[in-house]
Amino acid sequence: MTGRASLLIGACLAGFFLGLALVSFVWTPYPYAAMDIAAKFAAPGPVHWLGTDQFGRDVAAQLMVGGRTSIAVAVLAVAIGMAGGVPLGLWAAATRGSLADEIVQRGTDLVFAFPAIVTAILITSVFGPSAFNAMLAIGVFNVPVFARVTRAGALSLWTLDYIRAAQVAGKRRPRISIEHILPNVANLLIVQGTIQFSLGILAEAGLSYVGLGARPPTPSWGRMLADSQTMMAFAPGLAVFPGLAIILTVLGLNLMGDGLRDLLDPRLRRRA
Amino acid sequence: MTLLSVRDLSVTIHDAPILSDVSFDLAEGEIFGLVGESGSGKSMTALALMQLLPHGARASGAARMAGTDLLGLAERRMCGIRGREIGLIFQEPMTALNPMKTIGDQVAETLVIHGAASRRKALAVARERLDRVGLLEARFPLDRFPHELSGGQRQRVCIAMAVALRPKLLIADEPTTALDVTTQAQILELLKGLVAEEKMALMLITHDLAVVAGMAHHVAVMQRGRIVETGRTETLFRTRAHDYTRRLFAASDHAPSRHPTATARPLLEVTGAVRDYPLPRTRPFGPHPVFHAVKGVGFTLHEGESLGLVGESGCGKSTLARAILGLDLLQGGHIRLAGEEVRAGHHMHRSMRAKMQAVFQDPYGSFNPRWKVQRLIAEPLHLLPEPPPDPKALVAATLADVGLSPADAQKYIHEFSGGQRQRIAIARALILRPKLIVLDEAVSALDVRVRAQVLDLLADLQARHGLAYLFISHDLGVVRAITDRVLVMQAGEIVETGATASVFDAPAHDYTKRLVAATPRLPAEWGHG
Repeated sequence: MTGRASLLIGACLAGFFLGLALVSFVWTPYPYAAMDIAAKFAAPGPVHWLGTDQFGRDVAAQLMVGGRTSIAVAVLAVAIGMAGGVPLGLWAAATRGSLADEIVQRGTDLVFAFPAIVTAILITSVFGPSAFNAMLAIGVFNVPVFARVTRAGALSLWTLDYIRAAQVAGKRRPRISIEHILPNVANLLIVQGTIQFSLGILAEAGLSYVGLGARPPTPSWGRMLADSQTMMAFAPGLAVFPGLAIILTVLGLNLMGDGLRDLLDPRLRRRA
Repeated sequence: MTLLSVRDLSVTIHDAPILSDVSFDLAEGEIFGLVGESGSGKSMTALALMQLLPHGARASGAARMAGTDLLGLAERRMCGIRGREIGLIFQEPMTALNPMKTIGDQVAETLVIHGAASRRKALAVARERLDRVGLLEARFPLDRFPHELSGGQRQRVCIAMAVALRPKLLIADEPTTALDVTTQAQILELLKGLVAEEKMALMLITHDLAVVAGMAHHVAVMQRGRIVETGRTETLFRTRAHDYTRRLFAASDHAPSRHPTATARPLLEVTGAVRDYPLPRTRPFGPHPVFHAVKGVGFTLHEGESLGLVGESGCGKSTLARAILGLDLLQGGHIRLAGEEVRAGHHMHRSMRAKMQAVFQDPYGSFNPRWKVQRLIAEPLHLLPEPPPDPKALVAATLADVGLSPADAQKYIHEFSGGQRQRIAIARALILRPKLIVLDEAVSALDVRVRAQVLDLLADLQARHGLAYLFISHDLGVVRAITDRVLVMQAGEIVETGATASVFDAPAHDYTKRLVAATPRLPAEWGHG
């Protein structure tokens, strides 16, 4: 698939779910928290498009509102990870072998050494369970991931002649890192970003599952999945729809990431 | 007796023709040289014979070896032939061996794969083969790992692997291109000996006419996927019937016409330069052993002079160049540029950096692939106290200076060939009108004809702008063509210095003598032009 095609398809998929989440601010088929016990476990149909859950809440409405939480948490968690990790990785690679590099590396080791979910539970139980704290906790664990990926990508670039040429041109390491290294590790970061995004949605689901994510009745795709799993046998739709939403969003972002990577690389760009 | 007979071999990749009607014969005990520039299809010919063509490639024609057509064999049968009937040696010994396995295991592997021997027996054969290629048991036991060996020794291991099963045909694809000249001479001698002893046929693929002249019985010259000329080496090299062959020869010993611009004003003065590297500790908490890469080197480069620096890999040439460019700190001694001290790091003033620029070896790794040429060439401009009034015009003028079109400024670097890229690298070095350009193996990666053009350009630029060059290379021929004086460096020290022609014609130091003697050259009586 060419970069343009995968970017287009990816953007449509991801955009569709993002659009649904945005529309939910002004309109949902039903109020997402409105219970209608009489209509519980309704099958998908003209009245409730995607059916209802055990309290008779409209699944379509919950999916739309839940998308807000899930996408926001995952996007911000990736943003936090990149904002923290990328500069650290660039700095470590630029000063390879120095004390700074050692501190960054051992620091990432330290964070990696703790089971992510346990620490996330720690953070959310100290600061109180909320979608925002869940996002913070997940974001913190993205920092070492991006630091490591950036450092690894940057190290191999630092041995190339164009970096030497830039040094001969008198550029200092921070400037070389931003002008030369960062654009050339961007493809790694885009791919890692889409992976961390999907992991973020799943991590939020995990935190919500143990009651440390979005607070009821605020829905999220992860919580919908978690809530529905005991009812898989007789109401599979409750798990299938949020599951599909996660899969398609992640797929769309992955395609978008691939397309973006190709499009940003002048060597892979199709000549117009 | 004819061992391999290739007839009308054609290869297309996604319908683009790569090889067209390649035909040649190879006899037992014969060395067949396949020469040509990069992209001419030399390696593709070898890969086609082994059925190792890249994805999407289609081969037609015939390649008969002992009655069977190699091109038509099923993958299963082909696996039985690779390594057993045909051995292959690659260019880059640094990556051709698995770093996780011992050399003994890697040589024995070929035998075990083909079911020729049990592991124990295979190891015995491996020992014998390693002895044959000159890696004797006392220094090279079977349990050595590749990283403990030098490039030349690794190439010997690769040869031992290729000949482990005594194949009838050995294909060597640029087997010595990545090696130093003295090592190259030894490896070529080894290959010659193996062919004579084992009655193998050797297909030697190389871009180096002098190597072929000293090795091959028959030779074929390839251009754009075709064999343009073929025959007995001496006859072909003497007659040079085809125009392309003549052009190759002309380029291979091309010397640009130079007008001496050297003055008596010292530009770069290096005195007692010492550069040490700490090596990894040998035991925990022990001291770092120190590697002395440059041991008290001193020389002077005058304004407008072209000074060569030759030596084999690891002799400290590039380390010295890095120190001169102010990229690394010296542990001792001084480097002065136009009277001012060069000090690495933040202490170096922009106006000093602007006086010297560099061109590096790899035309593919020398440019940020995400920038357009305009920005690439303009990069050093930030060394100026204030930006030039019209950077676009300056870049355009510089592009014209190196023989490219101003319109090229809007292209990306991947749109250019290797030779054009080196021109762009020279443009980047030239834009500030420095006094000194350090050329670190700047033409080593180029084909002979492109190399000749770039050398012409360098000579021309020097004459017009009065530049001084520090020309670092392992290639004595190139250094001879472009420099006034030369420094010969060995193990971190300068062992000989003097006017280039006299040093190469009458070397005084033993090491220089060995270097000159090991350099392959065409027999003088063949070259009537």
